[in-house]
Amino acid sequence: MPDAAQHDEPVEAAPTVEAPAAASDTGWHRVSPKYVVVEVVGSLIGMVVFVGAFAIAYLVWGQWWWLWGAVVVGVMSLVGIALEPRRVRSIAYRLREDDLLFRRGIMFQRQVAVPYGRMQLVDITRGPVARVLGLADLKFVTAAAATAVTVPGLPMEEADRLRDHLVALAETRRAGL
Amino acid sequence: MSAPVRPQRVTSLADGEWHRLHPASPLLRGGLALLAVLGFIIANLRERLVDMFLVLFAPDAAPAFDTGSGGFGDDWANDPLGGIIANGLVGWAIAGVGVVIALLVVGFWLSWRLHTFRVTHEAVEVQSGILFRSHRSARLDRIQGINVTRPLFARLFGTAKLEVSVAGQSANVQLAYLGSALADGLRADILRLASGARAARAATAVAAAGTTAPGAAAAAGATTAIGTTEDAATATGAASAPVDAAAPGVPAYASRIHVPAVIGHRVDEFLAPELDPTLAPPESVVHLPLGRVIGSTFLGGSIIWLLILVAVIAVGFGTGQWWVLFSFVPAVIGLVSYVWSRITKSLRYSIAGTPDGVRIGHGLLSTGNQTIPPGRVHAIEVSQWILWRPFGWWSIRINVAGQSVSASNDAAQRTLVLPVGTVADVHRVLGLLLPDAASAIAQVLDAGLTGRSGTGGYSRTPARAAWLRPFSWRRIGWTLAGGVALLRRGWLQRSLIFVPLARMQSVAVAAGPIARMLRLASVRIHTVAGPVTASLPVVDRAEGFALFERLADEAVELAARDTSDHWGARAEAADAR
Repeated sequence: MPDAAQHDEPVEAAPTVEAPAAASDTGWHRVSPKYVVVEVVGSLIGMVVFVGAFAIAYLVWGQWWWLWGAVVVGVMSLVGIALEPRRVRSIAYRLREDDLLFRRGIMFQRQVAVPYGRMQLVDITRGPVARVLGLADLKFVTAAAATAVTVPGLPMEEADRLRDHLVALAETRRAGL
Repeated sequence: MSAPVRPQRVTSLADGEWHRLHPASPLLRGGLALLAVLGFIIANLRERLVDMFLVLFAPDAAPAFDTGSGGFGDDWANDPLGGIIANGLVGWAIAGVGVVIALLVVGFWLSWRLHTFRVTHEAVEVQSGILFRSHRSARLDRIQGINVTRPLFARLFGTAKLEVSVAGQSANVQLAYLGSALADGLRADILRLASGARAARAATAVAAAGTTAPGAAAAAGATTAIGTTEDAATATGAASAPVDAAAPGVPAYASRIHVPAVIGHRVDEFLAPELDPTLAPPESVVHLPLGRVIGSTFLGGSIIWLLILVAVIAVGFGTGQWWVLFSFVPAVIGLVSYVWSRITKSLRYSIAGTPDGVRIGHGLLSTGNQTIPPGRVHAIEVSQWILWRPFGWWSIRINVAGQSVSASNDAAQRTLVLPVGTVADVHRVLGLLLPDAASAIAQVLDAGLTGRSGTGGYSRTPARAAWLRPFSWRRIGWTLAGGVALLRRGWLQRSLIFVPLARMQSVAVAAGPIARMLRLASVRIHTVAGPVTASLPVVDRAEGFALFERLADEAVELAARDTSDHWGARAEAADAR
């Protein structure tokens, strides 16, 4: 597991959130590096299922190109897994004075700004692998479905604190729809 | 029913008490379907019934019945009626039908009796259900729009359906049906309560109205409601008493006794203009000539589909492929009915600004009437399809919270604010929809509608964007005016999108691999769901990020300043100054 100190950029890897009163800019926070494990496990499961399906098809029908399919899927998955640490490092969020910024993606980059007053609810979800690692996903819901901001891989207590913090912020900046 | 229900002889329904709907509403809601089913059965069994009565009343005069059905009198599946008669069960059958009808009537009566609503100064509440009670309440400050619709049958009964839309899918509160005049009064009352107008103002209005002629009594009754709900303790009781005295049972229910009067009333309602002259400025700011409605419909996208379908059918006919007929003719019928409904709904179209929002009326036989309070419009798109270009026609759609995203005809109709209009019409309608920014927008509107490549204050898209948008890259541009973001785009279908930043939900900037290679990005402003998607497909990368920051900042600032959801309180503050 890569430690925070190994990152080449000066980004705080284990973010802490101040009291709700101080809503000043906190700079970019990365999600926990442990989230790589969650993504890798997911990719590995997908890879095993697909490669296994191709292998079984090869055993049943005996055509050589089933094997090639298995190889292609396996190589693509391995490349994806190799890129996983970089992809996870690209996920970051930033609490500014009046809004939350969220960015992710290396190939397809996306950056979203959500004003605190627009948050309708904050949702915490935890998958099985994430639960073992003590991680949780934080989802922000606004009145627009397209907002689609989910910060994955936050440490559990961090996610709880961030949720309370955001709810408090949203309450003070509540606007209509 | 524990809550006391006031008698129906009232002129205002927004007094904080529980009220019932129009007595004919169960019939209008479900009963018409029942009548249709009964009519269908009777029409199909007419000959059997004639035979049956011949058997009952003149047994020897019906030889045809005996000989004709004697063989299959026991055939229950094909001829249940014959079976009933042959087995001497006529009495049981009549008793059964009677029990069913009695149960239905009791059910209808109970559902009417238990369906109550009230309008307080905080919410509109509805209780309904016989076995499973439901209690739904819509907070007044969350109201996104009020629609009054009058389907043809309801109009014959002099009733109307009032629908309060609040944000959220299928969260609307429906009051179906109310007396026509009461529905209009209730709409005005709800809007006035929602506007946050203060009680003192309403009370003075009551006092002023109480002294006027009985003709204005309906309006006076309407204002009484605010007095009683907002400020029950003080002078309002005294103020409302003379009003009630001055208005002894104004329209709908009390006049039921005088049949000629009621018919005259119905005729008046049927012929009266859709916008009540006392509630709105009488003239609409847009006039739609019939020729333009028909012309625009036939030059719209549907006509191309119609031509394609007709061609397919003709080819199928020519080559003897008969299955083509069965699969495509229904599509043609559907398309024709869509075109027809579009034309009829655009007839008698009117749009007018009222103190409580934009009022849009439409429809010839079934009329609809929609009010959008100020500060409820989340995005506006002015668009022009290529075939409309020679005529200079434009249409306007909006995003409003709570309107269903589904492509159902009704929802599509409600988000279509201007079916077809000229540039001058577009100017006027935008002035109504965005009153605060009207002057700022008017300066950049014409360049936004037809302009290209950086004219009239819009940004210029770099030529390398032609790799991604070969036809429309010159059109693509953005500007900000009066707290509204304007996004110009589209070549085949020109469109100009307005997003009031005070109601922007979030903003995103994105770039895929090709866009990054070309140093481009795309910006998308997220609003509530609706037909308008506010996106700028290509923009210079640095400019895109600058725009992103600017939108995010201005949205926060404008949302904090925005008070348009309590428009009445704001108007009052302006008066006080």
